[in-house]
Amino acid sequence: MSDAGEVITRVHRAEWARVVAALTRRFGDLDLAEEMAAEAFAAAVERWPADGVPPNPAGWVTTTAQRKAIDRLRREARRDEKHREALMLHDSPEPLGAIDDDRLRLVFTCCHPALAMEARVALTLRMVGGLTVPEIARAFLVQESAMGQRITRAKTKIKDAGIPYGVPLRDDLPARVTGVLAVLFLIFNEGYLASDPGKEAVRADLTAEAIRLTRLVRALLPADGEAAGLLALMLLTEARRPARVSAAGELIVLGEQDRTAWDRELIAEGHALVRARLAAGRRPGRYQILAAINAVHTDARDPRDTDWSQVVALYDQLLRLDPSPIVRLNRAIAIAELDGPEVALAEVGSLPLDGYHAWHATRADLLRRLGRTGQARTAYDRAIALSGNTAESAYLRRRRDQLPTSQG
Amino acid sequence: MTQYLVSVLTDSNELADDAEMAAIDVFNERLQADGHWVFAGGLAAPGSSTVVDGRGDGAPLVTDGPYAEAKEWIIGFWIIEAPHLDAALRLAGEGSKACNRRVELRPFLAG
Repeated sequence: MSDAGEVITRVHRAEWARVVAALTRRFGDLDLAEEMAAEAFAAAVERWPADGVPPNPAGWVTTTAQRKAIDRLRREARRDEKHREALMLHDSPEPLGAIDDDRLRLVFTCCHPALAMEARVALTLRMVGGLTVPEIARAFLVQESAMGQRITRAKTKIKDAGIPYGVPLRDDLPARVTGVLAVLFLIFNEGYLASDPGKEAVRADLTAEAIRLTRLVRALLPADGEAAGLLALMLLTEARRPARVSAAGELIVLGEQDRTAWDRELIAEGHALVRARLAAGRRPGRYQILAAINAVHTDARDPRDTDWSQVVALYDQLLRLDPSPIVRLNRAIAIAELDGPEVALAEVGSLPLDGYHAWHATRADLLRRLGRTGQARTAYDRAIALSGNTAESAYLRRRRDQLPTSQG
Repeated sequence: MTQYLVSVLTDSNELADDAEMAAIDVFNERLQADGHWVFAGGLAAPGSSTVVDGRGDGAPLVTDGPYAEAKEWIIGFWIIEAPHLDAALRLAGEGSKACNRRVELRPFLAG
């Protein structure tokens, strides 16, 4: 009984995207594919415990889903030939090369730039990740009905606007891959640093799902350095999760984490990916550089062993790609360790980031280290007011309350 | 094939200048040569429009002016045919560059 249950869970995780993708390809209808895949898995839940697990579970699910889809199409007279033809035409824009995989088509369709970002996220989690609508609704603290509508609207736009079920035109490919990675990174970040004060600080379900999807995309795009870089970045970040929030629910900053609690296996995998990218000798993109920075941090068994000059050099490299104030802020944090808080504060001070909690938190920390208590307190107040994450505001509040009370 | 309406958006009544007209001509010729062309046209300013409501029993009700004042309005349009949105987006991008204005791409309902 429980054996069948375990097999179903495993097959669902491993095969959901493949089943939906194959059905979409065959019937040209995302809606139908999703529904019939769900029905096939429901049939497995019903039948396998009693009848036993079939010899080829994944094949059984695919065949069952396809049979159900054909039955449905036969029953529905409204789907006349002409209508089906119209749906089938939005096939791949270009003959596919080495990256021909139905699941990749599915990923590109769900992450199409003509869809709103929140729709891309929801659609990717549903169609590729196989999460249910209630699960996705819970993850983003949205009413189930609202999340259902968001997904339905996105599917309608895909159909009406003719968003193709396929790998992008060659010229569009780099930008579209970047778009897919941005969706995955957003899912990961929402799990890693939930932006809503009503949510738990770290949401392992979302980070795990983001990593699983990124593994898939990396497997589908093996030549893409940024896909590897993003996966490494996620692994090296996820590795520190066990040490990142205290039992009391307070954020623990990198320098104060118990490094023995870090996940060594994830770190080893992340480091291997970073090394492979370095060995490839190509100019790294943003995710690869961020992964390399995280590799430097996770390389140090003690915070004092951190190679800060290497971190600053990597931020310099990142600045050349993305000269944004946020990158300059993060570089300044490393500069504080290398050249002291005074130098860092001078760099931070002029950045146009007044609405960004991390800018105030960084200033607060630098001012505290310089003994400028009054200014530090004001900066902590601003950071706390702007921070949406429960663990982070708890940490900032403690820091503020620990400031000496006397001078200004 | 799907047909798309490519609406040209503007916030001023200035017509296309010579350079824009020349670029639009080049783009139109390309649409025709590549089989994407259905129709295109420029529109007079919104102030020249008349709203007509023929739903009542008597003679249609005729009202001067656009039915809604807007910050931006449509100054012209193309109707193009493309196999899918990615191809249409590319054409819309070229059209926007040619007429030097933002465009909105919207599919016709499938017949």
